[in-house]
Amino acid sequence: MNGIHDLGGMHGFGRVIREENEPIFHADWERRVFALFLVAGRQLSNLDATRHAIERIPPERYLASTYYERWLYSLETRLVESGIATRDEIDAAQRKLQTPSAAGDMDSTVERSAPVAPEFEPRARVMDGPSDASSEGSRKTARFKVGDQVIARNLNPPGHTRSPRYVRGHRGTIFRDWGAFALPDSNAHGLGANRQHCYSVGFSGRELWGTDRPRNEHVFVDLWEDYLEPVRVRSRAVAPRAHGAKTALHRVASVAPVKQKKKLAPAKMKQVQVPKRKALSASSKAVTRTAKKTARPRKRR
Amino acid sequence: MSSDDHDHDHHAHNAPESGAALRVKALEAVLVEKGLVDPTRLDTLTDTYEHKVGPHNGARVVARAWVDPAYKKRLLADATAAIAELGFGGPQGEYMTVLENTPRVHNMVVCTLCSCYPWPVLGLPPMWYKSFAYRSRAVGDPRGVLREFGLELPADVEVRVWDSSAEMRYLVLPMRPQGSENLTEDELADLVTRDAMIGSATVEYPSKKASTTPESAA
Repeated sequence: MNGIHDLGGMHGFGRVIREENEPIFHADWERRVFALFLVAGRQLSNLDATRHAIERIPPERYLASTYYERWLYSLETRLVESGIATRDEIDAAQRKLQTPSAAGDMDSTVERSAPVAPEFEPRARVMDGPSDASSEGSRKTARFKVGDQVIARNLNPPGHTRSPRYVRGHRGTIFRDWGAFALPDSNAHGLGANRQHCYSVGFSGRELWGTDRPRNEHVFVDLWEDYLEPVRVRSRAVAPRAHGAKTALHRVASVAPVKQKKKLAPAKMKQVQVPKRKALSASSKAVTRTAKKTARPRKRR
Repeated sequence: MSSDDHDHDHHAHNAPESGAALRVKALEAVLVEKGLVDPTRLDTLTDTYEHKVGPHNGARVVARAWVDPAYKKRLLADATAAIAELGFGGPQGEYMTVLENTPRVHNMVVCTLCSCYPWPVLGLPPMWYKSFAYRSRAVGDPRGVLREFGLELPADVEVRVWDSSAEMRYLVLPMRPQGSENLTEDELADLVTRDAMIGSATVEYPSKKASTTPESAA
């Protein structure tokens, strides 16, 4: 979904603030929700559905919440959606805690209605890695190989996906093949693991953000096979293909393909000298609250 | 720390028995009642992530790689296995890749979609890593972000940003600082910071926190 969680490339959030001597948790309830999330969360849904529950927090609430508040929201959502508890039950538990006399014996009066479920299991058990590539429903052979030029498909699914908006429609190069993993888009919605290869795809900063960016910046994004399509035509003679890649292919034609492949080949990224410092675009400086202290926007014509 | 400066991600820390604290208690009560949670396990779990797992684990990995070329080779070839050699592994560390910083290439790690992070080697992520500012800007303006961390990279250094959008988790292998040739593995591990292993800092020697006297000790 094109949700508020998909933040890559957005402006307006200001400087990155670093907290000295930061505690692991900032409040007791954070400590507690973290543990609950690990112990109970695994039993409520897989990690993909967990992430999707966070993404579905209404944008205004997402932005106003802290990290662990979002985890709390996700837990409540999944608990209700799983049918294990109702919203009324959660509300009732809150009211009971707000009553001073009842709060004290809350824990002691609770009767367990079911055996305690097993411990949080690591992700590996849920989602098999490369060695499991041959299991049912997976694609046994990788569609792409290292060095292949690909385009992140222009997909806008309303459900869960891990293809960030900022790469869609852009051309990159397969840098590594991580092996086969469950596809979040189906796994989050109970539609099966649909295991398929997932790749590290390298994109040049200029491809993603514009030609005013330095040549020697690259972004590597891990993308599943379904998020990608091959670039078959690299010359200017680009013919739009049938399955909706018109925009992307046009983009390929408009971005200089020079040296791309070489630059992103593993272990031999070529060093490109940048004659002038172009690290910041004027627009990205503008959102930096203390821009005047740290840098001066350069006028562009 | 000045909490006034902090963004949205930060505002509700020390709120007394606030909405969130109450909701967590209620949620726990329901989860226990439904048999999904054994409350005695919760403390063990938080203790693990507060006291046992943390950047000191990653620092061991880095220091070993600095002093042992064969280990470094294994680490770069199969990070998950090499990290497991030192006894580290678990949730959010099942698939690891180590990114080596060199004089020509600087790596930094982000998760733009949530806050994926290599728990077994770095512990739980700091606020800044989870902040909207870092998640939104690291991919589009890495040099600008690094500058805010006080790291000014030369223009000819290539920047590679790794967006943890799938199950692979990344650990940056920082450059071993000049002048540290005579330090022991333990002493080297003490120099390695969390931020250097995310890629928002370099490793300094003498370390920035220490006195600025010349490295007479070395």
